[in-house]
Amino acid sequence: MTGIIIWTIAVLSGLGLLLSLLLFFVAKKFKVEEDPRIDEIEKVMPGANCGGCGFAGCRAFADAAVKAPNLDNNYCPVGGNEVMKKVAAILGYEIKEKAPQVAVVRCDGSCSHRPRTNVYDGMQSCKVKAALYSGDTGCPFGCLGCGDCVSACRFGALSMDPETGLPVVDESKCTACGACVKACPKGVIELRNKGPRGMRVYVSCVNKDKGGVARKACTVACIGCGKCAKVCEKEAISVQDNLAYIDFTKCRLCKKCVAECPTGAIHAVNFPVLPKKEVTNE
Amino acid sequence: MSKKITFAIGGIHPADSKFASHRPIEVLPLPPVMYVSMAQHLGAPAKPTVAVGDKVKTGQVIAEPGGFISAFVHSPASGTVKSIGPRKDLAGNDMTHIEIAVEGDEWAEGIDLSDTLVTQIPEDRLEILKKIQNCGVVGLGGATFPTHVKLNPAPGSIAECLIINGAECEPFLTSDCRIMLERPREIIVGAAIMQKVLGGCRCVIGIEENKPEAIRAMSEALAELGYAGIGISVLKKKYPQGGEKQLISAVMGREVASGGLPISVGAVVQNVATALAVYDAVQKNRPLLTNTLTVTGDCIPEDRMHNYLFRIGMPLSYIAEQAGGVPENAAKIVSGGPMMGKAVANLDACTVKGSSSILYLSAKATKRKAAQNCIRCGRCADACPMGLEPFLLNRLYKAGDVDGLEKNAAQDCIECGCCLYSCPAHIPLLDSIRMAKGQVMGVIRARAAAAKAAAEAAKVEEKK
Repeated sequence: MTGIIIWTIAVLSGLGLLLSLLLFFVAKKFKVEEDPRIDEIEKVMPGANCGGCGFAGCRAFADAAVKAPNLDNNYCPVGGNEVMKKVAAILGYEIKEKAPQVAVVRCDGSCSHRPRTNVYDGMQSCKVKAALYSGDTGCPFGCLGCGDCVSACRFGALSMDPETGLPVVDESKCTACGACVKACPKGVIELRNKGPRGMRVYVSCVNKDKGGVARKACTVACIGCGKCAKVCEKEAISVQDNLAYIDFTKCRLCKKCVAECPTGAIHAVNFPVLPKKEVTNE
Repeated sequence: MSKKITFAIGGIHPADSKFASHRPIEVLPLPPVMYVSMAQHLGAPAKPTVAVGDKVKTGQVIAEPGGFISAFVHSPASGTVKSIGPRKDLAGNDMTHIEIAVEGDEWAEGIDLSDTLVTQIPEDRLEILKKIQNCGVVGLGGATFPTHVKLNPAPGSIAECLIINGAECEPFLTSDCRIMLERPREIIVGAAIMQKVLGGCRCVIGIEENKPEAIRAMSEALAELGYAGIGISVLKKKYPQGGEKQLISAVMGREVASGGLPISVGAVVQNVATALAVYDAVQKNRPLLTNTLTVTGDCIPEDRMHNYLFRIGMPLSYIAEQAGGVPENAAKIVSGGPMMGKAVANLDACTVKGSSSILYLSAKATKRKAAQNCIRCGRCADACPMGLEPFLLNRLYKAGDVDGLEKNAAQDCIECGCCLYSCPAHIPLLDSIRMAKGQVMGVIRARAAAAKAAAEAAKVEEKK
């Protein structure tokens, strides 16, 4: 009995030793030389593997960053400047700092603003809906409301507002990876600079129809009147195809256009609410 | 009468509901304003050749082809061009339309408006093709593919059989049935013309068994005219018999390979309405301005159903009004058949060459039920006339596996809707397969473009 146990232990240990030696030499012989900086970079990456940088994941980004001659075309939108500084330090490159961005939904066509003209009861997917027809409102450009962007977001930053039927961006969670921009078949979502203390001015409409048609479909549509472009001193606003667009790199947040817009299509967000002066009737 | 035939695999049997089949064709009066779409056909949209303010006559060319696969468009009435610009189509998307303020119905010169039957077919094949092209004839079976392109197969491929499609397998629709009853002789002359263009191949007119009067009328007309090589086949009632590939399977017993064209098995399929349009074009020089449309549905009484001879550019709302208004209990308005037609998102849209119906459906008939989980019963695979596995394609689409979709031939889907119709769990199979098909077609096209570019680069290299 004891003999069998001793033999078993001896054979198995011998086998183990032999195989480990084999593995050791094979690992030495066929070692894949990998830049150690790839591992280092991967460690400082956010690790979400969201694909916002354009690569399959964080390791793929690290691999590409090591091979690239500079960091101009490689940027991790999720980690932002902080992470990119660390990456640059590892590689000894310089980086161009980018202003932090956020996803902006450029449509305000809630049920009260944009009456429904028909009922859609097909597959609940914006992609499918867009392939079938222009949507259940008179506006063929705006949000379709099936939430493809919500399911595309890996950070839980998007949710559908049940009251308006439009997606809402949680700015604290949005990393500007751009997955929602790609998921939206109508091109409603745009990445815009976050702005100082989150203050932004943008046209919340993508309707390119003529003024009358757009207005009939939605009360808060941009009608392309061009008043905003005239009032803007920084020449940040351009009107093309009956639609105004504010260039966020030129906008100085003066908000003159907001007051000028006849339909209220221009939104100014995160501005501090000034205490109203008390009007006294004396 | 010979044995009834049908296609080999799949298919379903929806109730045929052809309530309007006994209503004779009525001619619609002209509306005060007409909007002619530039996308009347498959392929590149036509380019307007008239300017705002121009006077036009009925049948005058107002737009020319915008590419090889494209067609002429003619004015549907005489009057003044009021505007040229974007207008919303059936699905609510913008398309260039020519607006014509109707002032009368004065036809352009050289068009024969008489009813006399002309049986003498022109000798020259190219002359016939030119006439068909100049009259803007497109396939009226649904796809609106330009007819002159289809009747002129690439050199090397030989047409063995011309199949005239009188199946009209879609429930509710009766326009093809009516034209076969009312103008059978013209259709047969049209078929003989196409037969001649294709080099004198045999010709089979396929009609489903649920239209016995049409079969009789066509047989009588054929016996009277006595053209050689034209026969009538009675088809069993099964949807989608009117599909090009299904009809070839039924009539010739051949299967078109994945990605192949019907001509690869020696077949050319044309609809009965196209045969009529070819007759009008070649024998009467009359451009394709009119077509037959059925106003029907499951929520209107039979006396409100109509078969209309409409002109292109009539607003659907105008036709609905002429037929007594939109019924209150209609939950959905469909243009085309209930299986493959498109829901009308915009009733102000205008008729095009291929319009075939205004269909009012009740909520009971159209409302989709909530989708449940797949129970792997395989009914969709049994029903698919293309031999695909819809449940698998649905799963692959959800997983984003484009390679898998291509391997399982998602691109072969003809979007007939048999899978969706037969699914006991109400899974929107067709919706996802249609998207999958788009993705796979995109990949195939990109690959073809890359291969072409590589071949050209190699050629340049060789020259060096």
